[in-house]
Amino acid sequence: MAKRIDVKDLDIYYGDFKAVEGVTMTVEPRSVTAFIGPSGCGKSTVLRTLNRMHEVIPGGRVDGSVMLDDQDLYASSMDPVAVRRTVGMVFQRPNPFPTMSIRDNVAAGLKLNGLKNKKKLDEVVETSLKGANLWNEVKDRLDKPGAGLSGGQQQRLCIARAIAVNPQVLLMDEPCSALDPISTLAIEDLINELKSDYTIVIVTHNMQQAARVSDQTAFFNLKATGEPGRLVEVGDTQRIFSNPTEKATEDYISGRFG
Amino acid sequence: MSTAQLDTTTPTTPPGTGSSPTRGLGERSGGRAAKDLLAKVVMWLAFAIAVVPLVWILGSTLVKGGHMLLEAQWWTNSQAGITSRREGGGAVHAIQGTLIQAVVTAVMSVPVGVLTAVYLVEYGRGRLARVVSFMVDILTGIPSIVAALFVYALWVTTFGFQRVAFAVTLALTLLMIPTVVRSTEEMLKLVPNELREASYALGVPKWKTIMKVVVPTAFSGIVTGILLGLARVMGETAPLIILGPYTKVIATDLFGGLMATLPTMINQDRTEALQPALDRVWGASLTLILLVFLLNLLGRFVGRFSKVKS
Ligand SMILES: Nc1ncnc2c1ncn2[C@@H]1O[C@H](COP(=O)(O)OP(=O)(O)OP(=O)(O)O)[C@@H](O)[C@H]1O
Ligand SMILES: [Mg+2]
Repeated sequence: MAKRIDVKDLDIYYGDFKAVEGVTMTVEPRSVTAFIGPSGCGKSTVLRTLNRMHEVIPGGRVDGSVMLDDQDLYASSMDPVAVRRTVGMVFQRPNPFPTMSIRDNVAAGLKLNGLKNKKKLDEVVETSLKGANLWNEVKDRLDKPGAGLSGGQQQRLCIARAIAVNPQVLLMDEPCSALDPISTLAIEDLINELKSDYTIVIVTHNMQQAARVSDQTAFFNLKATGEPGRLVEVGDTQRIFSNPTEKATEDYISGRFG
Repeated sequence: MSTAQLDTTTPTTPPGTGSSPTRGLGERSGGRAAKDLLAKVVMWLAFAIAVVPLVWILGSTLVKGGHMLLEAQWWTNSQAGITSRREGGGAVHAIQGTLIQAVVTAVMSVPVGVLTAVYLVEYGRGRLARVVSFMVDILTGIPSIVAALFVYALWVTTFGFQRVAFAVTLALTLLMIPTVVRSTEEMLKLVPNELREASYALGVPKWKTIMKVVVPTAFSGIVTGILLGLARVMGETAPLIILGPYTKVIATDLFGGLMATLPTMINQDRTEALQPALDRVWGASLTLILLVFLLNLLGRFVGRFSKVKS
């Protein structure tokens, strides 16, 4: 089910501004890849090209190719809406739909795409909430508004909502940056569990988190301010943290800059 | 000015101790307190000045027209067969006319206004959007009498039709569309972009995101804006005088004959010096104020029952 991502020579633009240049990397199925790097180096930008969310921003466009197994995500025949059903996304700030109950939030992806079968929906809601480790906390108040949960619960609700549409890949942009250590741990555990079914890419500013959850780490950096960001080094997390090839990676990881 | 004096009369700390911690956190600066008081007084004064005319209008309308509304016939009868000098009759023909025209105006302007706003906020990029937005600005500034004359020129002079209630609602629609566009636009802009992105990221197409996520989130605000716009338009008089002359009988046909409204009823007896006519003027005024007030209240009420839960 989970799919491999192959990124090749990816350049990403905001209008005339080239934000990221020359990214080439592979993400193995059923693995967790962490994106690290200083603020503004383009981690979120790269992440958002993996499910064609980048082009939602006016002027956003890319050069290069992103392959999901053997499908080119940027082929002209590819429907971005279909891509986003296959590659799910969790955002930095929890963003449940404020007009919907917990149940409807989780079911939103399916419901808005036309699934009406109540029994099937209830089933998906339950498995997704269980998958996101939230079921026990909310099973008695599924009809309460999703915005009434705590920040950590809301983030897990958003994860449940993302996995409810049964994607192959899950992208997470700093999913724990608004959360306390306990919720963070809960989410990290969850990532470890989800790994067996999904390909996961996570952006994080927390080195320990990258070391804890990821199999592979990609370090992004800016050559200089105003220059496009680029992928400095990518490799096995253990190796990146213990024995990076690039000086910049070592400096960043050891906290000497960024 | 006085604020400058206040500053000099209240030394807060001895010179030299500037920002040292000995200045103390809890001490009140006399100068600042005085400025605060001054600002408060000015604010309350401005508030009072703004409220006096309002209370005055409400008060005199209530005193002069209140007794009319207490008579049952006010709510059941029209003015059919009643001359200006005679007492009696009601306002039901005018109330009905005003409500009918308001509903028709809303039915015509709400879809156009809301869809224009959706276009401007969700789709509008580049030249066309700027032109549309500019047009809406111009439309906002059109005086009601100009809108009325425009419809008159079109409806009566060009097409040769009679002056009917529908022509009135056309002019009112022209006046209401820009207010609906602007208020709906504001509400749609308040919907955080994160919600749109969350929906896109689930593989929901844009049009469905707008219909099922964006508009429901902004729904109560949009409705409130529409109701307030409608309340505003219900009191417009120029289009009525030009396109919808007064009649004393009940009429519900939008396309034939005359239809009375509250503003034209007020206008009708305005020039009479006789007490029965004056009573009717004040009664109709109070009724109109009441209707507008009820719409406002409904607008706030809908705001309370927002779909956004937390
Ligand atoms: N909507 C946008 N329009 C124009 N430029 C943008 C936009 N979003 C990001 N950028 C630019 O693209 C570059 C990369 O930004 P990006 O958000 O990807 O950085 P990041 O690595 O995710 O940073 P952070 O760690 O702070 O989230 C930055 O120079 C940023 O200013
Ligand atoms: Mg980012």
